[in-house]
Amino acid sequence: MSDAADQIFVLARRSVVRTSRQPAQWIAPLVFPMLLLAVNSGGLKAVTHLPGFPTDSYVAFALAVPFIQGALFATMNAGTELARDIQTGFLNRLALTPLRGAALLAGHLGGVVALGLVQACFYLAVGLAVGVRPASGVGGVAVLLVFAALIALAFGSLGTWAALRTGSAESVQSLFPVFFVFLFLSSMAIPRNLIQQAWFRDVANANPVSYLLECVRSLIITGWNGEALGLGFGVVAAVGVGALALSARALPQRLAR
Amino acid sequence: MERPNTIEAERLVREFKKGPRAVDGIDLRVEPGEIYGFLGPNGAGKSTTVLMLTTLLPPTAGTARVAGYDVVREGPDVRATIGAALQEAALDGLLTGREHLRLQATLQGLPRAERPARADELLERVGLMEAADRKVRGYSGGMKRRLDLALALVHRPRVLFLDEPTTGLDPQSRAALWTEVGRLAREEGVTVFLTTQYLEEADVLADRVGIIDHGRIVAEGTPAELKAQVGRPTVEAMPADERIADVLARFGEPVPSAKGVAVRLAGDADLTAIVRALDAKGLLVDNLQLHQPTLDDVFLAKTGRSLEGAGDEEEAASRGLAMQPAA
Amino acid sequence: MRLASVARGVAWRSLHNVFTNPSLLIPQLAFPLFFFTAFAGGLSGVSRVPGFDFAEGYTAFQFVFVLCQSAAFGGVFTGFGIARDFETGFVRRLLLAAPNRTGIVLGYAVAALTRWLVTATFLTAIAFAVGMKVGGSGVDLPALYLLAALVNVAAGLWACGVAMRLRTMQAFPVMQFPVFLALFFAPVYVPLHLLQGWIHGVAYVNPLTRVLEAGRSFIAGAPSEAGVAFGVAAALAVLFAFWALRGLRSAEAAG
Ligand SMILES: Nc1ncnc2c1ncn2[C@@H]1O[C@H](COP(=O)(O)OP(=O)(O)O)[C@@H](O)[C@H]1O
Ligand SMILES: [Mg+2]
Repeated sequence: MSDAADQIFVLARRSVVRTSRQPAQWIAPLVFPMLLLAVNSGGLKAVTHLPGFPTDSYVAFALAVPFIQGALFATMNAGTELARDIQTGFLNRLALTPLRGAALLAGHLGGVVALGLVQACFYLAVGLAVGVRPASGVGGVAVLLVFAALIALAFGSLGTWAALRTGSAESVQSLFPVFFVFLFLSSMAIPRNLIQQAWFRDVANANPVSYLLECVRSLIITGWNGEALGLGFGVVAAVGVGALALSARALPQRLAR
Repeated sequence: MERPNTIEAERLVREFKKGPRAVDGIDLRVEPGEIYGFLGPNGAGKSTTVLMLTTLLPPTAGTARVAGYDVVREGPDVRATIGAALQEAALDGLLTGREHLRLQATLQGLPRAERPARADELLERVGLMEAADRKVRGYSGGMKRRLDLALALVHRPRVLFLDEPTTGLDPQSRAALWTEVGRLAREEGVTVFLTTQYLEEADVLADRVGIIDHGRIVAEGTPAELKAQVGRPTVEAMPADERIADVLARFGEPVPSAKGVAVRLAGDADLTAIVRALDAKGLLVDNLQLHQPTLDDVFLAKTGRSLEGAGDEEEAASRGLAMQPAA
Repeated sequence: MRLASVARGVAWRSLHNVFTNPSLLIPQLAFPLFFFTAFAGGLSGVSRVPGFDFAEGYTAFQFVFVLCQSAAFGGVFTGFGIARDFETGFVRRLLLAAPNRTGIVLGYAVAALTRWLVTATFLTAIAFAVGMKVGGSGVDLPALYLLAALVNVAAGLWACGVAMRLRTMQAFPVMQFPVFLALFFAPVYVPLHLLQGWIHGVAYVNPLTRVLEAGRSFIAGAPSEAGVAFGVAAALAVLFAFWALRGLRSAEAAG
């Protein structure tokens, strides 16, 4: 292995090791989305009786939500961990080594993606256990996992950028409500065409999170759907490329070397 | 050919946007293998200087070179030459000591096969072998400092920066660190730039001392030279007796003393001569003391303040009302 | 008398903190408003589900939930403030200085209630502005607010008891989680009789279900099971008052 690959690997491993040693950091992203899934699939089961609802299993419909909540956790995890490194001076320690900025970002995000994948597999396993059968089959599950990894990468980069800009874990955490708002003002609970209030439908139409959800949802409940996949992967790519570019620009200033 | 491991700075300045001129035109020259003690109170500008010399903070003006490499233009070369333990021992509480060393060795580009042995060697050297596989969260302040030092040494740097390495440590940990730093300089020829708030540390450990206050070097030299600048030692004898005072007066000029009589020694007078003179007169003394001038006297002479507490007072003043309870 | 003056002092300080600090005040108003928007706006289609029989419409239906939710979380946030006061040493000073220590708990409870009244007023104004319908010309509305106030006091005392025992801000999840569970394992989106399976069973025994169903009957102008709901809410408040006072004793014992 080359030096750079070695460096990326040890940094990614550090981030995974750190998370695994803080139970709250990995239990919460596994348990909370499942709890919400349980609550909502119980409470909103009746909604499947609405004319035009795409499936008669609300769990299958709602299973897309945890994957997007995973993005939120990726953002928070990536952001607060890096911000903490800035606050404690650990980043200075890294800055004094021959480590390149790109390798630092790759290692940091590598850990985030690894955790994102673990989460996604867990959500999927729970879904299978309660009887959800992805309509797109094994190939669809593979695509779903790739999508989950990309979501973790894209949103992890967003959190990374926030940490680099603000340098404070508290500031990064104050972003949490913003993502929360995006998630709730989307097609999270009900398909867009069944939203009654016109203004809410407009908001959900304009909200990119709707397309992330619908991409996952299409793989689970309707099978292969080119439009949904295109929009979902398009949104992830746009967020990812934008956030990575911003992070790459902010990093040299933070390293100040 | 290796360049000599010197540290040089010329009119180095660092200004912060919403702050003072933290470093206000510093000139430095540290020779290869020398231990340079940078002594000053809290807020004097020590850490800011270290950050500039280690390439972590760009200077606002002036130049600095480490091993001949410019800290601004040749950052990677500087970083390859130096090791640094900064003021906040930035360790990851969730990793073990050994994990820290392995990580550092990889990032420093040590060959894979060398890494475990290097980690063990350094753990042994700083006395952390037993605690190597415990999480750093549970380390004491002294253990963290020693791990930080070990991490700074992983890639065998030829210039070492230590920012207040013993602040807050107990006397034993402090002495152990002094021994190790001294060994690095004497046996391996490492140049050491060490900041401290402690007079004793600068005095015992440093070959040369620079005293910094408000971003300026107010005095520089070997500890002995500096003390010589403020004056000769004084001798104090008790009880306060006129005949004793008369004898002492032969060795120097009288100075005030609270409990006895005292003189500031002139020329090459020493304690044995005084003892003999007193004995010759048959005079009995309860107590005879030689007071060497300390670096605190130097600081006092140069700034009009005592080093101990000089920084804390200012900090308290600047924090002011923020400390008031919110009730 | 001493009880009242200690309580007044503690309450005043806690309120002063909140109302002079936008980062504490804004979330307190924004979160309930947000949930109201997301639930009443986004899910209004739910009212077309066969069997949904709440006559005043989905906005009024969700208003009751969000009002109770804001009451419960308002109480929890007061508990969080107490935990912070422990970390800064403020409570220790209070324990030393206060002639009547029960007044400390009372003061925090009064502060929680006052905070929530501001939130409730705000939320009510918004709800009417977006055209919420109320049955029976609103004569039963005061009962709804009284019920929610009891929820607020109960949740505040619960969180206070946790704060007094754990004395650290790390205790926040411990305060929050049970309240979160109670709120969401209740008939949030549809009436109890439309819930099916295990969630129906859980919601049926959840005391907050009684509060929500009665609250919705008040806003519809057709009170039903009011006695049970008030009984449950008052019982919770009394229970957690003991919990909080015992917590105070444990804080005293810890010094
Ligand atoms: N990032 C910064 N922004 C603004 N002022 C700073 C910053 N870092 C240090 N200072 C100020 O510069 C002065 C010197 O600080 P420092 O170098 O840390 O002193 P020392 O290490 O000697 O205690 C202090 O007055 C400090 O408040
Ligand atoms: Mg310093």
